[in-house]
Amino acid sequence: MFKGATQFSLPAAFAGLAILAASAAAAGTVAPDSVPIEDMEMSQSLTGVPGDPLAGREAFADRKKGNCLACHANADLSAQLFHGEVGPVLDGAADRWSEAQLRAIVVNSKDVFGEQTIMPGFYTLKVGINVDEKFAGKTILSAQEVEDVVAYLLTLKEN
Amino acid sequence: MANRTKRIATMFAAMMVGTSASLAGGPVDDKLVIDGELEINTRVPAPEGHPFDELISGWHYRTPETRDLEADSFQNPGMLYVERGEEIWNTVDGAAGKSCASCHEDAETFLKGLGASYPKWNEEAGKPFNIELQINQCREQNMQAEPYKFDADDQKALTTYIKHQSLGMPMHVDLSEGEMQDWWEKGKELYYTRTGQLNLACATCHENYNGNYIRADHLSQGNVNGFPTYRLKQSAMVSLHNRFRGCIRDTRAAFPPAFSDDLMALEVYVTWRGTGLDIETPAVRQ
Ligand code: HEC
Ligand code: HEC
Repeated sequence: MFKGATQFSLPAAFAGLAILAASAAAAGTVAPDSVPIEDMEMSQSLTGVPGDPLAGREAFADRKKGNCLACHANADLSAQLFHGEVGPVLDGAADRWSEAQLRAIVVNSKDVFGEQTIMPGFYTLKVGINVDEKFAGKTILSAQEVEDVVAYLLTLKEN
Repeated sequence: MANRTKRIATMFAAMMVGTSASLAGGPVDDKLVIDGELEINTRVPAPEGHPFDELISGWHYRTPETRDLEADSFQNPGMLYVERGEEIWNTVDGAAGKSCASCHEDAETFLKGLGASYPKWNEEAGKPFNIELQINQCREQNMQAEPYKFDADDQKALTTYIKHQSLGMPMHVDLSEGEMQDWWEKGKELYYTRTGQLNLACATCHENYNGNYIRADHLSQGNVNGFPTYRLKQSAMVSLHNRFRGCIRDTRAAFPPAFSDDLMALEVYVTWRGTGLDIETPAVRQ
């Protein structure tokens, strides 16, 4: 029963979820799980509205949103206490990854790093079992927040 | 396909550059000796079939201040619960006019090592019992008293007192009794099941990433040999099922009731994962 919690990509089960999510999403916004990430990339914007790197920086650090610092250190935010070390340091992330790859990583890291990764998918409904009702059927970040975070990640350059 | 594999390899090579710059936590190299007298086995070889080679107490992942508090029983705030628990042990309660001590006269002998052997198969109930369930059964059947509500102060104090009587004795769970093996299997399944919106299993944090900081928290192997533990953050004793529920809640999942079959199965399995670690109750944690 348990092992496949993140792997049960039953198209039928998800068709239902996708309809739900689509009805909740604003017009023009790509619904979670309805755009397949291909070859670890997602080049299409989720909203068509350019991401705002400043808003992205906030969503990145906000414990109730990205909480990315829980796992990643990032020199740009060194004023914030307690950066985690579970994931790679994100300095220079934009030198290592393209925009389309970064979007895929934030939307659903499992499509890039594999099912076993600890990194949550921030715009996916392929999640664990028994989701608390407060969060059921919802994604961690909104579509625009994903675009903002991606815009912010693109500023993390070292060369 | 080959091309794609190569690209993945390049990406991961790039990521490793990032990783090597990380803060590198890991368990500290130190010895836990309580009051300068009693040495606690906080690192032991793992039993057969265990995913780790070495089992390490959560004590090794805490700050020097927190470690010192646990090593000094005058400073350890959890010792107040031990004292309170001893009082309760000797206090008559319920319609039968009995205390724990009325039935178990020589507490020192009776309780020595007992807490280190729980959870234990309970034939009558047809499930594993932990100390809390055993206390409640005694209260209802032998004392004709009300069972404690989950996490009632007296439940935590009495459990802490009982576990403390096994301080420095190795934790072990007897899987050959009754259906313990089935409960172990179920607990194992749960341990590897990802829950919640964050999609994490116990194993994701405590097996794959112990030794790393997740924000301000230094991830340990998630062993249970210190429970109930005194948590500085909450300035209170924290029971094992409270801790389990907190960890599950942190994945943004609904958590099962205390003493439910799911949490009892987890307790059996996670206790086995710490086989041989000495009981530290009351441990001090962040
Ligand atoms: C619970 C841990 C965790 C959280 C939270 C997390 N990540 Fe990650 N992230 C990882 C891990 C671990 C990796 C490395 C891939 C792997 O080992 O699975 C990674 C990899 C990455 C990478 C590629 C690494 C590089 O620079 O080469 C990026 C970019 C990234 N994460 C961005 C984010 C962003 C943005 C957020 C928040 C919106 C976030 N992560 C939240 C654990 C996490
Ligand atoms: C999001 C990461 C995460 C997940 C998932 C998680 N835990 Fe924890 N757990 C922690 C942190 C952080 C602590 C406190 C630091 C430590 O001891 O690791 C902790 C502490 C514990 C402790 C106390 C260890 C001690 O020495 O006092 C136990 C026991 C435990 N976890 C068991 C579990 C079990 C069982 C599960 C699954 C039901 C689980 N955890 C899931 C993060 C997690």
